[in-house]
Amino acid sequence: MGLIFAQLLTGLANAATLFLVASGLSLIFGVTRIVNFAHGSFYMLGAFIGYSLMQVLPGMFGFWSSVLLAGLAVGVIGVIVEMLVLRPVYKAPELFQLVATFGVILVIQDLALLTWGPDDVLGPRAPGLKGIVRIMGEPVPKYDLALIAITPFVLFILWYLISKTRIGILVRAATQDREMVGALGVNQAWLFTGVFFLGATLAGLGGAIQLPKGGADLLMDFNILAAIFVVVVIGGMGSLPGAYVAAVLISVLNVFGVTYIPQSTLVLMFVVMAIVLLIKPYGLFGREEVAGEHGQVGEPERPIKPAGTRGRVIVGGLLVILAMVPFFGSNFAQVLITDIIIFALFAASLHFILGLGGLVSFGHAAFFGSGAYVAALLVSHAESPMEIAFLLAPLGAGGAAIIIGWLCMRLTGVYFAMLTLAFAQLIWSLVYQWGEFTGGDDGLVDIWPAAWLNGTTPYYYFTLLFGIGGILLLRHVAHTPFGYALRASRDSVRQAEATGINTKRIQWAAFAFAGAVAGLSGALFVFSKGSVFPTELELAKSFDALIVIFLGGVKTLAGGVVGGASLEFAKDFITRFEYWRLLLGLLIIFVVILAPEGIVGASRKLGERFGFVDDGEGRR
Amino acid sequence: MIKVNNINSFYGKAHILNDLSFDIASGEVVAMLGRNGAGKTTTMKSIMQLVRPKTGTVSFKELEVSRMAPHQVAKLGLGYVPEERRIFTDLTILENLEVGRQPPRKDAPEWSVDILFELFPNLHERRNNRGKTLSGGEQQMLTIARTLMGNPLCLLLDEPSEGIAPVIVEQMAKTILELKKQGLTVLLSEQNLHFARMVADRAIIIEGGEKRFDDTFARLEAQPEIMEAYLSV
Amino acid sequence: MSDVLEVKNLSKSFGGIQAVKDVSFSVKKGELLAMIGPNGAGKSTCFNMLMGQLKPTKGEVYFEGQNLIGRPTREIWRMGIGRTFQITGTYTSMTVVENVQMALISHHRRTMSILPYAHKMYKPKAMELLELVGMQDQAERHCAILAYGDLKRLELAIALCHDPSLLLMDEPTAGMAPTERIKLMQLTADIVKNKNISVLFTEHDMDVVFAHSHRIMVLNRGELMANGSADEIRNDPRVQEVYLGGGSLFEEAEIQA
Repeated sequence: MGLIFAQLLTGLANAATLFLVASGLSLIFGVTRIVNFAHGSFYMLGAFIGYSLMQVLPGMFGFWSSVLLAGLAVGVIGVIVEMLVLRPVYKAPELFQLVATFGVILVIQDLALLTWGPDDVLGPRAPGLKGIVRIMGEPVPKYDLALIAITPFVLFILWYLISKTRIGILVRAATQDREMVGALGVNQAWLFTGVFFLGATLAGLGGAIQLPKGGADLLMDFNILAAIFVVVVIGGMGSLPGAYVAAVLISVLNVFGVTYIPQSTLVLMFVVMAIVLLIKPYGLFGREEVAGEHGQVGEPERPIKPAGTRGRVIVGGLLVILAMVPFFGSNFAQVLITDIIIFALFAASLHFILGLGGLVSFGHAAFFGSGAYVAALLVSHAESPMEIAFLLAPLGAGGAAIIIGWLCMRLTGVYFAMLTLAFAQLIWSLVYQWGEFTGGDDGLVDIWPAAWLNGTTPYYYFTLLFGIGGILLLRHVAHTPFGYALRASRDSVRQAEATGINTKRIQWAAFAFAGAVAGLSGALFVFSKGSVFPTELELAKSFDALIVIFLGGVKTLAGGVVGGASLEFAKDFITRFEYWRLLLGLLIIFVVILAPEGIVGASRKLGERFGFVDDGEGRR
Repeated sequence: MIKVNNINSFYGKAHILNDLSFDIASGEVVAMLGRNGAGKTTTMKSIMQLVRPKTGTVSFKELEVSRMAPHQVAKLGLGYVPEERRIFTDLTILENLEVGRQPPRKDAPEWSVDILFELFPNLHERRNNRGKTLSGGEQQMLTIARTLMGNPLCLLLDEPSEGIAPVIVEQMAKTILELKKQGLTVLLSEQNLHFARMVADRAIIIEGGEKRFDDTFARLEAQPEIMEAYLSV
Repeated sequence: MSDVLEVKNLSKSFGGIQAVKDVSFSVKKGELLAMIGPNGAGKSTCFNMLMGQLKPTKGEVYFEGQNLIGRPTREIWRMGIGRTFQITGTYTSMTVVENVQMALISHHRRTMSILPYAHKMYKPKAMELLELVGMQDQAERHCAILAYGDLKRLELAIALCHDPSLLLMDEPTAGMAPTERIKLMQLTADIVKNKNISVLFTEHDMDVVFAHSHRIMVLNRGELMANGSADEIRNDPRVQEVYLGGGSLFEEAEIQA
């Protein structure tokens, strides 16, 4: 009994950080509609800055001032990010901003590395709260009790601010209709900046306040990201009490999980989330999300037509050149092009559901990884021939997509995106923690292609065949009734349903199809590298694909392929530098600001201006 | 009070307003008439700078507003009442009014929640209800009341009679005449000629983003060919 | 004349509030039936229940003898009911003709097909429908840049693609100029006459209602308050009180002018 109570207290204490960071994320999303991927980075900065301040400010007063100052400092950093990076792209197509925030993650990672070095730092213990107290015979750290007391207090202040003050009313009004708030005389630019300040400050406070329990390291930005997304989704978007309850729920379950089922601690959180969402699709305290009628930005896509003669000739020419590469190119060039094609196929498969279907998936890497792991597991456990494994990989990934798709299809918009993220993390944690079967962190090695494909050049042609084949298949399907029905379901669910189209079934099938194609790219990947590690299933991999689609252009058919090829190529070049993340992050931010329609969209606009391309109205 | 000078506004690629110019004097109620898609809403939005005219200028009280942000224009005393009743449905009526509140202004009538509740008694009864529980007519009243909380000198009313029942339309007309009595300048866009004639001093007809008529209703009625061509009466 | 649609005791309550109370009526073959009433009277709720978007608390709806209640929207459509929306819902990323082709593809149950090119399917039939509503010249235009009145006509073409025997039109002329209103309703009236389709529509514009409906129903606070010919409705004192108003507005205007 005493032990259980003590664990409950530990869970409540752990919830403090989670709540602070998650409520910030929720606030920022509510008002700006930006899913701020950089929120984990704000949290990390809070921890590092707090640590540095605690080195100079002594005593109990110094400790708590450091926590506060760290929060405020991160708030200011948030304001800088908002003003420099996000303000120029508020008018860009929906979700485009999240690519910018991803650029910010990369920049902050390298800046933190530059400032604090690569080593983890151990947080100082809070002066005056160093010992433990015994509650029912069990030791409970005094600091935990302080955290338990502080959190409801913060919750109350935030709740009061949002529901009782004029600023809170304005924030809630802006959540619904930003343009209207502006037309009523409220400077929404500053309202946004203010909310960003508040959200970032909360993240910074969260980072600093957990120092005595966890310290600071360079991985903590990504490590907390999935958890706070889960908290926000379980609690319900935009609900502060929801965020608190969910933070407590997750933290308490986690503490008990570590004690009783240590093998599945990572999985537990996502299982809870899946269960909650299956029962209450909009979270415990959330209300149904009505896609903002006045929040929609960007012009609708142009009609599409299969490539004309000129397009076919260009693509054919390109293929001939690619086929010739082994005759004049180096071994390295072949490996690089293999990598590029595999990634472009992966990106194109995500583009299929995102661009044509409007289904934003944050967890598409799950299917890439599933394909890779299905092939690798078949080879290493069942000793199946490479050909069989290669064929079964897309089917396995497609099967996973059918199941996950069925569960996620109940939701729309950001909830859908978050749920895909959660399931992707679920698969990742399964692979990561089920070491005896999947090899865990050590991955699976020695997965080589069959003898007739061994060697760079044969495998290069193999990739060319299946990679380009897959991309062309995706393009073809886009022009068929199925592709059209998918677009119809995105453009107007109401009209589609009223004319007999089963929109959910179409979207589900598209999700499964895209998953299978991602699995194909995963299978191509694993045999080209000879090994696979859990990193292929990580969030970062999913984000990579998202970024290239936005960079390539969501609203263009070629966006996925062009973006995927460009990023993979750029990465190969940039990663040779020591601080390549900084460089890549800045590059991404620049593209986002300069070409909000993506590379393909921007080139088409340029082409139209100079008269190379038809503008869709018959004019040149 | 308002001077629109040769503005050209675009929506994406579509050229909506074409060298449009007109003036509105202080205390006047002017109705902008024309069919759907003629450019009435875009004109309103161009004055508010919610749509930025590519060329031409808009001035308000002799002050050029063409490069200002919408909130700055609103702060000068221009009150915008959008079509489609864009109230904040998750906020209560009182909170909706609070969003519109701005400090009083010397040269304009001052409004308060209490005065507005006298003007719109329906809203008073339901002051603590969320916006989404209101009927269409009540929502339209709330949009106007919310804008009045900013103590504007001039109101831009976009299609105030659209989509509401005839009985409420009558109430709406009375409200606008009351506002005129208080000294407000009003520019409203309408498709309902009867309604417009009832409340406005002057008519401006817009067609294809260009001004086709700008004079009193008496003169308009003396020219049936214009009425027929642009208003299809 | 036989009944195409028969509605019996249709009721809906939202959390204790009765939005629609025991509404019963029928639509006859070839009839243009208007449903009018103040905002919040329950017109949209009625429509949404007929199209399967809302589940009634109580009541039955028979279309050509088959019960509609409990079926999803798309199935009701397949039974032969077409629909147009108050706010148009077209596929903005497609061309005009592709919008119609999409509905035809769905009608022929080919939406899961991944072999043929969609933009080549059922094109003659789609062009025929566009011609019917006078949109054939704009067939290849991008739907996103159409004028509002044209979108309404396009929606009508889409609604006609499976030869429905009943059309439900929710405020078909909302947001249109007076001439366009008359034109669109005239077009609708001609089409339904030629094809012997019945129409149930809601409308706020009394000119349209009085000029184009064979019969008018008045809904007030969720209840059917009157049901009769244009003259009967116009002269019904209760209808004047809750909806049409005393006409004082227009008289006053006349005096001023």
